[in-house]
Amino acid sequence: MSGTIVDSAVFPNQTNTMAADISGQMLDLDEDDDLEVFSKQATRGSAFEFEEEEASDFKDIFVTVDNPESHITAIETFITYRVLTKTTRSEFDNSEYEVRRRYQDFLWLKGKLEEAHPTLIVHPLPEKFVVKGMVERFNGDFIETRKNALHRFLNRVADHPILSCSEDFKVFLTAQVWELASYKKQGPGLLSRMGETVRAVANSVRGVKNRPEEFTAMQLYVEAFSNKISSLDKVTQRIVKEQKEYLGELKEFGPIYTLWSGSEEELVGPLKGVAGCIERCCKETEEQVNQLSDTLVPTLHEYVLCSESLKAVLRRRDNIQAEFEAKNEALATKKVDQDALKEETDRLEDRVEWANSALKGDWGRWQRCMRGDLKSAFITTAQKNIDYYEKCQAVWETFLLSQRMDGSEDAEKDDSS
Amino acid sequence: MRCCDYTIQLIIATNIKNKKLANQFNRSFVALRYTIHYCCTSSIQRMTHQSSTLLRRLEISVAEAEKRTGKNTVNMQETFTVYLIETRPIDAITDGHNPAPDSLWRRYSEFELLRNYLLVTYPFIVVPPLPEKRAEFVWHKLSADNLDPDFVERRRVGLENFLLRVASHSVLSNDKILYHFLTEEHEWKEVVYETGFQAKADSRIKALSATFRVKNPDKRFTEMRHYSDELQSITSQLLRVRARVADRLYGVYKVHGNYGRVFSEWSAIEKEMGDGLQSAGHHMDAYAASVDDILEEEEHYADQLKEYLFYAEALRAVCRKHELIQYELETASSDLVSKKHQREELATGMVRTFSFKGMTNKLFGQEAPEQREARLGLLEEQIVEGEETVKEKTSECQEYVKDAWVDIQRFKEQKDRDLREALVSYAVMQISMCKKGIQVWTNAKECFQKM
Repeated sequence: MSGTIVDSAVFPNQTNTMAADISGQMLDLDEDDDLEVFSKQATRGSAFEFEEEEASDFKDIFVTVDNPESHITAIETFITYRVLTKTTRSEFDNSEYEVRRRYQDFLWLKGKLEEAHPTLIVHPLPEKFVVKGMVERFNGDFIETRKNALHRFLNRVADHPILSCSEDFKVFLTAQVWELASYKKQGPGLLSRMGETVRAVANSVRGVKNRPEEFTAMQLYVEAFSNKISSLDKVTQRIVKEQKEYLGELKEFGPIYTLWSGSEEELVGPLKGVAGCIERCCKETEEQVNQLSDTLVPTLHEYVLCSESLKAVLRRRDNIQAEFEAKNEALATKKVDQDALKEETDRLEDRVEWANSALKGDWGRWQRCMRGDLKSAFITTAQKNIDYYEKCQAVWETFLLSQRMDGSEDAEKDDSS
Repeated sequence: MRCCDYTIQLIIATNIKNKKLANQFNRSFVALRYTIHYCCTSSIQRMTHQSSTLLRRLEISVAEAEKRTGKNTVNMQETFTVYLIETRPIDAITDGHNPAPDSLWRRYSEFELLRNYLLVTYPFIVVPPLPEKRAEFVWHKLSADNLDPDFVERRRVGLENFLLRVASHSVLSNDKILYHFLTEEHEWKEVVYETGFQAKADSRIKALSATFRVKNPDKRFTEMRHYSDELQSITSQLLRVRARVADRLYGVYKVHGNYGRVFSEWSAIEKEMGDGLQSAGHHMDAYAASVDDILEEEEHYADQLKEYLFYAEALRAVCRKHELIQYELETASSDLVSKKHQREELATGMVRTFSFKGMTNKLFGQEAPEQREARLGLLEEQIVEGEETVKEKTSECQEYVKDAWVDIQRFKEQKDRDLREALVSYAVMQISMCKKGIQVWTNAKECFQKM
C-alpha cells in the first residue's frame, strides 16, 4: 500500500463550488430544495428536528471496526483494521462491504469531513501518537482501545444525518485499498491548499468583529466544559491508579493469613476462610479496575478530545465570519470592482449564515449525544461499583455463616460433655 | 451465652451510632464477656469460673482520660495523661441502689510498674500485655502522637482491657498489689517497691536475654517457644500490611471526593444535567467521607492483633523461664556429678576425669594427706549442699512446668477464642463497608439516571 501523506489538520475549503457540493450531501430532500430549506430547518430551533430523523428504528447503516492485523513492509510496520458495513441505503451498490483500513485512512476521512463541513461537529479520532503513560491508562492494550475508538468514530459519522451522506464516507466504507489511494489523490492540490492555509491564518489573525451572542455563549460553555471534562478524566485516572495500588497491597494481605494458619490448630478454619475471602475480593477489585479502564476512562478521554474539536469548530466559524467581514469592509471602502465585490460579499454572507445554521443544528445534537454518552458511562460505572460491593459482601457473609455454624457446633459439644 | 451469641452482641455493639452509648454498652459487655463466657468452653475454664476471681466481686472500668502537667524527675515541665479507674463492689449494686463508684487516677507508667511486678512475681503466668507505649504500624493519616485524642481513647480501652484480663485471671486476680492499685491512690508505688521485686526484675531481664544451651528441655515448652516466635512474626507482618492496605483504601475513597467538586462545578454550566450532577456530587462527597469511620473501626481490629503480638512476647518469656530453670537444674546436676567424681578420685586415687589438680599432682607430686582430708571434707559439704540444690531445683522445675503449662493451656484457649472473634468482627466490618458502598453508589446511580 502506498503511503499517501495526509495533513493532520485541514483548513476550510474556500472554493466557489462549495454550495453545489453541500447540496449533494444533504438529507434526502427534493432536488429542488436548496440551502434555504436547510437553513430554515436549522434556525427553527436547535433541539428536536434531528432527533426525530435519527430515531433508532430509522437506522439503515451499520458499521463495525474489528480484527486488527499487523502489516510489515520494507519501509514501515502498521496495523490495519477490518471495516464491515451493512446498509440498505440506495446510494450503496451492495448491502454489505468489507474493507481494510489503517489509521491514516481514518485521519484522511476526518479531514475530508471537516473540510466539507467546517462547522459540523465531527467525533474525534483516538490520538495519533502514543502519549507517554497512555498505554498503562488503557489497560495496556493500545490497539484494542484504538480499535474501539475508531469503531465509535465511524458509528458517530454513520449516525449523523449529514455526515453519513458524505461521498468521502461512502468511498471510505466501500473502496478497495488501491481505489481509495487513487481517490485520495483527487481534490485540490498542494499549492492551492497552501493558499487556503495562508488565508485561514490571516483570517484568524484579523479576528471576528461582531460575533453573535449565542456563539460567544457557546465558546464560554466549551471552555468550561473542556475544563471540567479534563478534570474528570484526571480524577478517574487517579482513581484507577489508587485502586491498582490498593489491589497490590491487598494481594499481599491474604497470604499472610494462610501462612498463619500453618502455625495454628483451632484457628485454621477461620484463618483460611479470611484468606480466601480476601483473595476473592482481590479478583473483584481487579475486575472493577478493568471496567473503569475499559468504559469510563475512554469515554471521558474522548470527550476531552471532543472539546478540542468543538473549539476548532468555533474557530472555523469565526474565520468564516472574519473573511466575510473583511470582504464587506472592502466593499464599503473600495470604489472599483463594486459588482464583483458585491457578488463575492454576498456569497461569503451566505456562507456565514449557512455555517451558523449548521453549527446551531449540530450543537443540540452534540449536546444530546454527550449527555447520553456520559450519563450511560457514569451509570455503568455506578452499577459496576454496586456489583463489586454486592459480590464482596456475599463473600464475607458466606464466611460469617460458616463461623456461626462452627460456633454453635462447639457450644453443643460442651453442653453434652 | 454461646460463642455465636456474643458475635451477635458484637455486631450490635459496633452498629450503635451514639458513641457514648456504644462505649457504655461495650464496657459492660466486655466485663460480662470475661465473667460469663469463660464457662462456655472447657473444664479448666469452669474451674476458673468457680474460683472467685476479683472481677466477680468488683466492677472495674477505666472511665476517662485527662491531660495533666507536672514536674518530672529531672524537674522539667511535662504533659502527660492520667486515666480514671472506677471500681464498685458488685454486691453493692442492687435493685434501686446505684452507688457511685470509687475512683482514682493512674498514669501509664504506673500500669507499667504493675505489670512488671506481676511478670516478676508470677513468671509462670502469661501476663496480659499493656496497650502499646508508642503508636506503631501507623497508616499515614493516623497520628503517631501520644497526646492525640484518638490514640488516648484507644489506650484507655486497652488499659481497661488489661485490668479486666488481670482481674479475671484465677491466679493474678488474688494479688494484693493489684487490689491496692485499683483501690488506693496514694503510696502505691512505695508499697510495690517494698516488695523488693525490682532486684528480681533486673535479673529477670538479664536471664531472659542470655544465651544458654538446655540439654533436656520439656519438648512442649520448646514447641511453645517456637510458636510464640511465629505468632510474633506473623502478627507483626499482618499489622504492617494492614496499615498499608488502610492507607491505599483511604486514597481510593478520598480521590472520589474530587468527583464531588467537579460535578458541582460542571452542573453550573449544564441545563438538563445540572440537578442530577449536583446530587451525584453530594453522594461522591459522602463516599469519600465514609472511609474515616470505616478505618476507625478497623483500628479496633488492629488493636486486637496488637494485643496478641504482645501476648506472644509474654508467652515466649514463660517458655524461656522454663528453659532457664531447667538450665539451672542441669547445671546444678552436672556440678553435683563432677563433685562426686572428684570425691571418688580423691578417695580412691583413681583419676577418672581430667582435673588440674590431678595434673599438678602428677607433675609436682601428690599433696599431703592432711590437705587431702581437708579437701575431701569440703567436697562432702559441697555435695550435700549440691544434693539439696538439685532437689530444690528439681521440684522448682516440676512445679513450674505444672503451673506454667496450666496457664499456657488457658492462654491457648483464650487466644483461639479471641482471635476467632477478631476475625469474625473483621468480616462484619467488611460487610458493613460493602453495605455503605452499595448504598452510596445506588444513590449516585439514581442521580445519574436523572441526568
